[in-house]
Amino acid sequence: MLLALDTATPDVTVALRDDDRVVATAGGDHPMRHGEQLAPAIAEVLAAVDATPRDVTAIAVGTGPGPFTGLRVGIVTARTMAAVLGIPTYGVCSLDVLAAQAADAGAVEGRFLVASDARRTEVYWAAYDVAGPGADVVRLDGPHVGPAADLPAELRALPVVGEGGRLYPVAFGDVRGPERPSAAALAEVVAAERVALSDPEPRYLRRPDAVELSARKRVS
Amino acid sequence: MTDEPLVLGIESSCDETGVGLVRGTTLLADAVASSVEEHARFGGVVPEVASRAHLEAMVPTLERACDEAGVSLWDVDAIAVTSGPGLAGALLVGVAAAKALALTLGKPLYGVNHVVGHVAVDQLEHGPLPPECLALLVSGGHTNLLRVSDIASDVEELGGTLDDAAGEAFDKVARLLDLPYPGGPSIDAVAAEGDPAAIRFPRGLTSQRDLERHRYDFSFSGLKTAVARWVEAKEAAGEPVPVADVAASFREAVCDVLTRKAFDAARAHGITDMVVGGGVTANARLREMAAVRAEAAGVRLRTPRPRLCTDNGAMIAALGAAVVAAGQEPSGLDLAVDSSLPPSEVRG
Repeated sequence: MLLALDTATPDVTVALRDDDRVVATAGGDHPMRHGEQLAPAIAEVLAAVDATPRDVTAIAVGTGPGPFTGLRVGIVTARTMAAVLGIPTYGVCSLDVLAAQAADAGAVEGRFLVASDARRTEVYWAAYDVAGPGADVVRLDGPHVGPAADLPAELRALPVVGEGGRLYPVAFGDVRGPERPSAAALAEVVAAERVALSDPEPRYLRRPDAVELSARKRVS
Repeated sequence: MTDEPLVLGIESSCDETGVGLVRGTTLLADAVASSVEEHARFGGVVPEVASRAHLEAMVPTLERACDEAGVSLWDVDAIAVTSGPGLAGALLVGVAAAKALALTLGKPLYGVNHVVGHVAVDQLEHGPLPPECLALLVSGGHTNLLRVSDIASDVEELGGTLDDAAGEAFDKVARLLDLPYPGGPSIDAVAAEGDPAAIRFPRGLTSQRDLERHRYDFSFSGLKTAVARWVEAKEAAGEPVPVADVAASFREAVCDVLTRKAFDAARAHGITDMVVGGGVTANARLREMAAVRAEAAGVRLRTPRPRLCTDNGAMIAALGAAVVAAGQEPSGLDLAVDSSLPPSEVRG
């Protein structure tokens, strides 16, 4: 079975897929508490179908971009479980999953943007071309991070999927749902091989906030 | 011995990713990956840099510990993890990894206190702790005086630092003397050539008035400022700064106040065993002064070897083993991190 999880947004989302379809999903009720909610959600999807961790044969994990602390919880969980079980872990850009969800829901077709909340009045974004529901997800540009208003005008004119569109309606004109990626969609796009797979490496896109040493401050 | 449970401990509260394996009080593996060099150019631990390093080091360090002990993760009977105190983002990486292990292996999870782990680790070197002892914990992030009646369940905080940890003071003073980070070892090296009596720096919270309210508490920020003023006055007068003497006198002030208060507590409580632990215990003068004062006070001193004094996973496994042996309930998979977990709470 394929275990899928994403912690790149304030949500915790987990799904379990057998050879045919997603058989269980779970998530947390509280935003941002990934560390507390992820492991119980994994236990919940396994218990829902009387499965054990040893029934998991591969793990798919959203690699962001997204807020770092939550992102790391998902990735270290996936890597540790995979190491114990000796199974592969597939990393998927979380924006790609949202692109597939939007295309499959009929919300977009052809060229569009996905934008998520990067805080600090910025968005994580990428540009896509998806022919229609069930089609391969082709990422044309990104992922990047920056203020919504700094995107080129021709990109901002495209339909925008994701929370970033709702947060910055002035910069983005044509805002559409869904807002956040789901693990069920992640499981489906990996099973259908509709997205690019990567190592389970976090897409931070930003350097750590830290100032290198300069001249010392005087106290007197 | 071999029927005691095999406990794996994970530590990620600051800049060391540690995984230890312990059976009872026997150390089987102690694997540590440090990101200290990545922090050097910032002059202190950068939380985001530390958290990123934990993520990259976690699985390799787990595998290294198992290789060292010649065991498989499937042999592990219980998983212990630091759930506080420490940097929240850093703690979360270790706790998430520990939960993934507990969940996958179907073994119990125990969230434990990092500071108490610094005391528990001594059991790996000197055997079970006596029924009651004092513990002086001195590191880059913590400075605590504890009364330990039961390592798994009964720890009382007698005092702690009101501002900087002792190790933090070493880092800050090293910086103003243009000595490299981390400050502990660099000040220790330079101080060996200096005169500890050259400058009389203040001993924080030792005045009669402070002792009434803060008999067992520490304060190092005033000391740091005093050193800065002294150095700046020299510079302003166009005189060379006697770095070795400043380092030695500063180190003397820190070690004096730490040990003075610790042995005062031993006397006042009639306790005759003391553990001195934490990364600053690597400091040669602290060890020496503690040994001399222990001798004079008739206190048996226990100091883990330096390798076990700095942050590591073995100390968490050691505390986990004590908690398991005491028959305590495991933590749930919803265990939260607590960046300011007080030392009196052995379990997170």
